[in-house]
Amino acid sequence: MVPVANYLILSAVLFTIGVLGVLIRRNAIVIFMSIEIMLNAANLAFIALADAKGSLAGQVFVFFVLAVAAAEVAVGLAIIVAISRQQGTIDVDEINLLKW
Amino acid sequence: MDFVRLVPGFPLLGVVLVALTGRFLGRRGTALVACGAVGLAFAVALGVTGALLQTPPESREVEVSLFTWAAVSDFQVDVSLLLDPLSAVMILVVSGVGFLIHVYSVGYMAQDPGFRRYFAYLNLFVFSMVILVLAGNFLLLYVGWELVGLCSYLLISFWYERKEAAKAGMKAFVTTRIGDFGFALGIFLIFATFHTLDYAEVFGSASQVLTTGLATAITLLLFLGAVGKSAQIPLYVWLPDAMEGPTPVSALIHAATMVTAGVYMVTRTHVLFELAPISMLVVAVIGAATAFYAATIATAQDDIKRVLAYSTISQLGYMFLAVGVGAYAAGIFHLTTHAFFKALMFLGAGSVMHALAGEQDIQKMGGLRWTMPLTSITFLAGWLAISGIPPFSGFFSKDEILASAFASGQILLWLVGVITAGITAFYMSRQVFLVFFGEPRYSQHTAIHAEHRSVPHESPWIMTIPLAILAVLAALGGFLGPVLEDFLGPVFAASEARQSLPPLNEAALIILSVAAAGLGIFIAWLGYIRRGVDPKLVAARLGLVYRLVRNKYYVDEVYHALLIRPVWQAASVLATAVDQAGIDGVVNALGSIMQSAGRGLRRVQTGFVRSYALIFLVGVLLVLAISTLR
Amino acid sequence: MEAFFWVVAIPATVSAVGVVMMRDTVYSALLLVVHLLAVAVLFVLLNAQLIAAVQVVVYAGAIMVLFLFVIMMLGLGRGEGVKEKLPLQRPVALLFGGAMAILLGVVMSQTTIQPVAGALTPGDVLAMGGNTQVVGRLLFSDYLLAFEVTSILLLVAIIGAVVLAKRRL
Repeated sequence: MVPVANYLILSAVLFTIGVLGVLIRRNAIVIFMSIEIMLNAANLAFIALADAKGSLAGQVFVFFVLAVAAAEVAVGLAIIVAISRQQGTIDVDEINLLKW
Repeated sequence: MDFVRLVPGFPLLGVVLVALTGRFLGRRGTALVACGAVGLAFAVALGVTGALLQTPPESREVEVSLFTWAAVSDFQVDVSLLLDPLSAVMILVVSGVGFLIHVYSVGYMAQDPGFRRYFAYLNLFVFSMVILVLAGNFLLLYVGWELVGLCSYLLISFWYERKEAAKAGMKAFVTTRIGDFGFALGIFLIFATFHTLDYAEVFGSASQVLTTGLATAITLLLFLGAVGKSAQIPLYVWLPDAMEGPTPVSALIHAATMVTAGVYMVTRTHVLFELAPISMLVVAVIGAATAFYAATIATAQDDIKRVLAYSTISQLGYMFLAVGVGAYAAGIFHLTTHAFFKALMFLGAGSVMHALAGEQDIQKMGGLRWTMPLTSITFLAGWLAISGIPPFSGFFSKDEILASAFASGQILLWLVGVITAGITAFYMSRQVFLVFFGEPRYSQHTAIHAEHRSVPHESPWIMTIPLAILAVLAALGGFLGPVLEDFLGPVFAASEARQSLPPLNEAALIILSVAAAGLGIFIAWLGYIRRGVDPKLVAARLGLVYRLVRNKYYVDEVYHALLIRPVWQAASVLATAVDQAGIDGVVNALGSIMQSAGRGLRRVQTGFVRSYALIFLVGVLLVLAISTLR
Repeated sequence: MEAFFWVVAIPATVSAVGVVMMRDTVYSALLLVVHLLAVAVLFVLLNAQLIAAVQVVVYAGAIMVLFLFVIMMLGLGRGEGVKEKLPLQRPVALLFGGAMAILLGVVMSQTTIQPVAGALTPGDVLAMGGNTQVVGRLLFSDYLLAFEVTSILLLVAIIGAVVLAKRRL
């Protein structure tokens, strides 16, 4: 039997990778994918804890997270498409119009 | 008698209709609504008075509570109307004279662009005045008191584009405010003492609760309010300037009704005044002094309305003299007759001014007897009434006051009253002779200017009919006296203990006062008709005294130097040093600190999403670390 | 089992690192598919068969197709520009990222987990008809409101995406 801590630590590592992706990369699509990695890490923690605690509520939560992620991706990609049309780039450092 | 609520109700409805829908009513409709509202109020007032007469004299007191205004623990104030003989007489006078003046105004203001505004104000005034006299407690009385003050201000400065009118309105407002301040303090003191403001409860327990000192304090504060509102020494200065308003306003507010509110209030609270002999004496002395003082000023004024204004102050002094010696019924009687004859004379003066294109200088009039017959005849009725010539109304009421003063033992005050009666007869005769008799002195230019007619013309019927009705009342109103005193009797039953004089003394007093009036008229006749004595020569002979009287004893100038200028200077110091430098400085400094802080901090807003995310991460880490390591 | 965990966990981590590191966006996307499939396998190991299936179908299937579609459509295969406007961003991010990994790891490994009252063993779930049936029953009973709200959310997302992406309405 694999200890639940293994899953949780794996989840922490994956989440950190996602965070670093968001912070380091400049391509909006890659940043977006990094966010998906973070969501997955959270899902993993949910499922691991659901298994350890013997409660299926965790799985239901992940189900909802997946639905929200789908919605988010749809809207987010639409925004990226719109920005790309407007600015001709999806480099987040180039899109810094909202400032002082 | 529940329908007494309609007496204030109709004028209020009139205000709403005229103010909100007057635009669609047109001038004719506006006039109809405004006059109709007051006319209906008068009809209702007649009805309730009739109903009151049906009940036995002891139980003629009805309190109608409309709703509870404020209720805080054991303190409760209702908006309640108190109908008793005193308030019945007052609402009759207010709505009756008010109605006549409304009708007159339709003619007088016909050409004025502010026609609708004028009638909205006038209806509001009638509503306020009715609330004042019908109030069942001190708080509602105060509400009415302030409302009539507001209406007075609005109507004095009705022609606000004229600087003098705006200034006069302000002067009236500020001056009466001094009195109102005392009045408010008096009401506070009543509440602190009785823990209620209801008339019945206050008056019922006054004799047990009040010490003489406390009663004196309360009544003197209340009387301060009356002094301001009723233009007595030393707060009378606003009334002559109030003549800047339209003449019907002077007739309604500054002669017949609002300025008598002080007399009404003292009469209403006579239970308290009875407990404070000093206050009674103060009221009587100030009344007599004002009566004499204002009458002397009136002898040397040339403005037709100002003479009447000083005359009003003087007559109000008589009323205070009456209530000061405990002759409340006589005071209210004189209030009523004065409302008739003074309103009449103001409206007559308005008619004269109307004919002479706004001319107010009586030295530039004369001979109008023939050109304006109706105005002259009615004005003459007013003249004889105020001079105290029997059987005109003023004779009865003034004689009643003087007899009461004599009977109460205040011989000095009585003497002042008699002398004042003589002066009154003199200055009124002077005015009448200068305006209606002798040769015309108005320039042809003015007359032509008056609507392109070569001679001054009689006013339209809508103005002369009210004059005629008022003239009849002024002439015959005196015979109402016994009825009125009988009617008012129960209100003052507890306190009215007038010593009746032997008939012989009474007759002697009457002869004395009529003789004084006759002497006054005779002197005026000598000076202004016979020309046996040249008034200018007399004025020159009198020198300093004449100049003093002519310039109203320089009271305005003294007030200006002693009170107004110091306040102005203090205000300008406060405005520049304290307000602009101090308070504004602090506020501006705070503002510029915020601005520079914002200017510095906005550099943080780089527009780089990744920087924000990094800062976000640092924040999350901090929260995480704190919650873990704790 | 222990070995199988590592067999799946290491590719999941490596592919996640690859998603972040790849210069070419298309490679990132393909590595993300690998990552998602690996995590789906972990879900199976954790007795969440329904979620694993949904993960494969929705995420690895639908969403990733959407990603690739946008990448292709916008022609964004190339990497980022050379000029880095925020030179300090990378080292500082790595510093704090490492700190977070350590902190999270410490917290995770120190947490003790107690089974809830009425905990279900995999055997119980099997007896009640299997994972899919049990989760499905939960969704349509206790979580019905959330489930319905989610449907509205998806509808709004569809409309929003159309509005945003369309050139001219």
